[in-house]
Amino acid sequence: MGGVSTVQSDKKATRDGFGEGLVELGRTRPEVVVLSGDLGDSTRAIWFQKEFPNRFFEVGIAEQDMIGMAAGFALSGKIPFACSFGVFVTGRAWEQIRTSVCNMNLNVKIGGSHCGISVGADGTTNEAMEDISIMRSQVHMTVLVPSDAIEAKRATLAAADISGPVYIRLGRNPAPIVTKKEDPFTVGKANLIRQGKDVSLFACGLMVYEAIQASELLAKEGIQARVVNMHTVKPVDREAIISACRDTGAIVTAEEHTVVGGFGSAVAEVVVEEFPVPMARIGIQDRIGESGEPDELFRAFHLTASDIAQAARSVIRKKKK
Amino acid sequence: MSGLLMAEEIESKIVALKQEAKEVRKDDLTMIAKALSGHPGGSLSLVEILVSLFYGGVLRHDPKNPSFPDRDRLILSKGHGCPALYVMLAHRGYFPREALWTLRKLGSPLQGHPHRGLPGIESSSGSLGQGLSIATGIALAARLDQKSYRTYCILGDGEMDEGQIWESAMTAAHYSVDSLCAILDANGVQQNGPVKTIKNLEPIPDKWRSFGWHTIEVNGHRFAELLTAFEEAKNTKGKPTMIVARTVKGKGVSFMEGQSVWHGKAPNPEQLEQALKEIEAGDIGS
Repeated sequence: MGGVSTVQSDKKATRDGFGEGLVELGRTRPEVVVLSGDLGDSTRAIWFQKEFPNRFFEVGIAEQDMIGMAAGFALSGKIPFACSFGVFVTGRAWEQIRTSVCNMNLNVKIGGSHCGISVGADGTTNEAMEDISIMRSQVHMTVLVPSDAIEAKRATLAAADISGPVYIRLGRNPAPIVTKKEDPFTVGKANLIRQGKDVSLFACGLMVYEAIQASELLAKEGIQARVVNMHTVKPVDREAIISACRDTGAIVTAEEHTVVGGFGSAVAEVVVEEFPVPMARIGIQDRIGESGEPDELFRAFHLTASDIAQAARSVIRKKKK
Repeated sequence: MSGLLMAEEIESKIVALKQEAKEVRKDDLTMIAKALSGHPGGSLSLVEILVSLFYGGVLRHDPKNPSFPDRDRLILSKGHGCPALYVMLAHRGYFPREALWTLRKLGSPLQGHPHRGLPGIESSSGSLGQGLSIATGIALAARLDQKSYRTYCILGDGEMDEGQIWESAMTAAHYSVDSLCAILDANGVQQNGPVKTIKNLEPIPDKWRSFGWHTIEVNGHRFAELLTAFEEAKNTKGKPTMIVARTVKGKGVSFMEGQSVWHGKAPNPEQLEQALKEIEAGDIGS
């Protein structure tokens, strides 16, 4: 738990951290195999293929078959990582993940890249924005949403240590580094980035960077915002949420994902059940994606630091009523 | 061994297999009747296939040690046929026969569709279309580990409506997974009617052949044909094998045969009594 994170200027995509993690697992865990749905260059699964061709299985554009095969590998003692775009692997193969994987609590890991509108130009068909909702509804599933490439690599390594299914949400575009190698990474345990007493900003994925920026905007107005990196959406860190409600009395969540059933909903479930306080959810407001530059899209979909700051002011006002 | 001796041996083996098939049919219907629900049609069509695997010397398995690493794997992809598989597992000693009467009851390991955890059940199944992919993954893992076990997967013909079946058909052929043997219980009837009417799938053997599978077509109620086909599959190199077993839904019970209404309905006590009489008097298997 550091103090205020110093955001470094270099950028790297979370999918790159995933690819590095796969290669490291290839070296250290002989039971790891990788399955790919013809997008290995995009997901970085081919980095594993280059070094471990015998443990790499190209399935073609067939996500349902890929998940079933991964279940077969897991039933045989392997640790399969099934990789594709988030929208295809979680959406088209949802029921395969449910019946062939989660119902048996099998040791299948799913890497979904190109999530959120930061995909940019490819537009809505390729932009996963429901994957958190539909993966966290799966029994036994762990859902990891790394905020940068460093954390993506650590999430990938951690996934192999978990006994059971894991979904790792990854992005396409180079993104700012917001964590440090020495930060703790414990699945299910949120990382406090910045302490604050007036409002708490909970974020996952690329929105962690936006939340940090928002806290700096708010600091200029004398508002002290707590910033929490929720790299694990399931199991959600209930203690971190309850203590934020108690200490700051207002919550804003931020996700590059639909607000319907996603990360903000996961936080809201705890807030409502344990310690109701004013709350707002920044995210995609029940609409489809579109093409554009990632930063343009972030503005158009109201996912920027200033949107988070505005939501923070609003919940603080409600608190003072 | 002379041809005559071999024929005699097969003949005496078939007599025993036919008797076991009779016992399986009786327990299958009795358990469904006790459960007040279940799938008689698609479990009765499976009986000779399962008896061949478990009693005909096809499967390498050990009921006393059901998870020994080198066992052959069997996935019942058409999971609704599970009553017949449960009976088979009980008769072979995987669990006590009395457990059969708990089918579909709260807390029973004998779920309405197979669930992993019951000894002898390798994988949950019953959501159609998924078993062949799982079997392919298991078979590729065996290759990676240089294991000699074989993987069997039983499919239904209605199940072939699912696109995932054809995804896995292509994958298994692409990887030349010759330790994989699929058996199609082609009973010609699915829940809402004849397969031909719901969506015609013929010519089924030609489809599998064109997808790169070694394909054998047999009468799925004749042990001699089934056992020969399983032997041919074991000797087939470089390709997965598909045994298209032509069967009759509800086989052995006159009022159930070929009737889609008996896809998922339990017999009442009178119907059960009539069915058990017919099975006892019947002669299926050769």
